This record gives sequence, C-alpha cells and structure tokens, in this order.
Amino acid sequence: MENFTVGVVVFPGSNCDRDVSWALEGCLEIRTKYLWHESSDLSDVDAIVLPGGFSYGDYLRCGAIARFSPLINALDEFVKSGKRVLGICNGFQILTESGFLPGALVANKNLNFICDDVELDIVSSKGGWFYNRDEKQTIKLPIAHGEGRYYCDSDTLKKLVDNELIALRYKNNPNGSSFDIAGITNEQGNVLGLMPHPERACDKAIGGTDGLFTLKSLILK
Amino acid sequence: MDQFAVKVFVRLRPSVLDPAGEATKSASIKLGAEGIKSLRIGKMIELKIEGNGENEVREKIDLLCDRLFANTVIEDYEYSLAKL
Repeated sequence: MENFTVGVVVFPGSNCDRDVSWALEGCLEIRTKYLWHESSDLSDVDAIVLPGGFSYGDYLRCGAIARFSPLINALDEFVKSGKRVLGICNGFQILTESGFLPGALVANKNLNFICDDVELDIVSSKGGWFYNRDEKQTIKLPIAHGEGRYYCDSDTLKKLVDNELIALRYKNNPNGSSFDIAGITNEQGNVLGLMPHPERACDKAIGGTDGLFTLKSLILK
Repeated sequence: MDQFAVKVFVRLRPSVLDPAGEATKSASIKLGAEGIKSLRIGKMIELKIEGNGENEVREKIDLLCDRLFANTVIEDYEYSLAKL
C-alpha cells in the first residue's frame, strides 16, 4: 500500500481539495496527488476523490459544467475498471450530473445554506465504505450545502432500496431529501457519493473522527 | 446558412418541490397580490445559432437541451425558434 495514491481532483472553484488531501496525508498517511480538471491521464492514481466546492461557480446547475471536463470524460473507464471514486458534496453533485449515480441534488427545502453536524444512519456498507456492525449504527459528520436535497423518481428509489445502494440516511432530515438520503453507491459499490464531509471529521481536535473509516476505505480493492 | 433566434425554457418537473417558487409566492401574497394559485420559477436561455435549415438546428438544440441546458431527472424543457 506504500505506493497507493489517491487523486484529488481540482476544478476551478473546488474548495475542499486541500482538506481532503490533508485528511488523507496527515491523518491516514495515504499519498495524494492533485489532478487538474483538464488532465485526462489517470494512469498513476489508484482511487479518486471529487471534493466539495463550487466547480465552475455552480453555473447552470451544480456539477453541470464540470461534467464536460476532460477528467470526468476519462472517469468512465476508471470506474469500469473497478477503481474507487468518492464524490463529496459538490463531488456528489458532479457524479449525479454525469450519470455515474442516479438522481439529482436540488436546492434545500428551506432555501438555507446549512452548515451543521448531522447524525447519519449507516444503511448499507456496500463497497465497504462504512463500518457496519449487525446492529444499526450511527455516525456524525458535518454538512455544508445549499443544494443537497437528494431527489429521484419512485422507480429509482425502489431500485436504490432493493439493491442496497443507499449508504447513509439523515436521522433528522435537514434539507428535504427523498427518503432522508445522504449518500448512495453505484451497483458495483466502487462509486460513493455523499453530501456530508468525511474529510472534516478526521481529527478529534476538530470535532470527531467518524469520517476516517470512509477515507481509509479508498485503499480497498 | 440560416440563422435562428432560439428561446429555451427550462422548468422544474411538477413532481419536484420548488422552494424558491414557494418563497416568491409567499412574498407576492405579502405584497398584496391576491389569487395566486401557484408560482414556480424556471430558467430562460436565449441563443442565436446558425445551421442548414430548421431541422438541422432543431437537432442541435435538442442535444443541447437534453445534455446540458436541462437535467431531465428534475427538469423539463421546451423551446421556440425564429428564423432571422
């Protein structure tokens, strides 16, 4: 695992890229490499994080323009090869806009930008992204978003439930998300998108360590 | 080559809650406007585009609407087109 490298994608407007890199390098000793959005060479990274922020100013819709970057075009093959991709907040929005995950993220029900710690139920640990004991487990992670209300039609929701693709649900739904959804995986389990920020919960000094497990699981095969 | 002026309207699907529309409806009522039954906010995109005839231009606009201007998971679109 010494040479395992996580690519942290940097779009114009990303603002959690440094945080992700700090959490991986400083707290978990996992090597990282920044990937500029115009790069399409993913050959020297073993997993990828799409960090939070406001890629391309969130113009048109959150994640809508980022979808057309050379890096996202190259991501299709990366995902098909089974390598792991984690989209956090704006990264989750990009993953839905580009079709790697179903549904969409729209404006919070109360229109507020919500910056808070939330309690989350781990529903499924498909892909090994969360530590899931037999009993129901809850973790606490920070959220910070204005457009984090997960929406999908009823057929898609049924598919998510039936295939155990819902990773996290809010205990007290802060934004009006369908079915309290805070994070989902693709069917293979190698792509996870979530609105909460695990990279901001990796050190006791800043309020918690519940995010460590998810970031650490980037190195799983 | 013909040039066309195109107006694209993008609307949230009826099944998707529009909190900005709800807030604006509430403000409209506070302003004293009575009788508002519903209020929903969308986007209008104007463009000028060249092509060989209306059919070719419509193909381009359909692609733009479907892949970029609207996210069809949450939005519907329609457009009008006028030859310049």
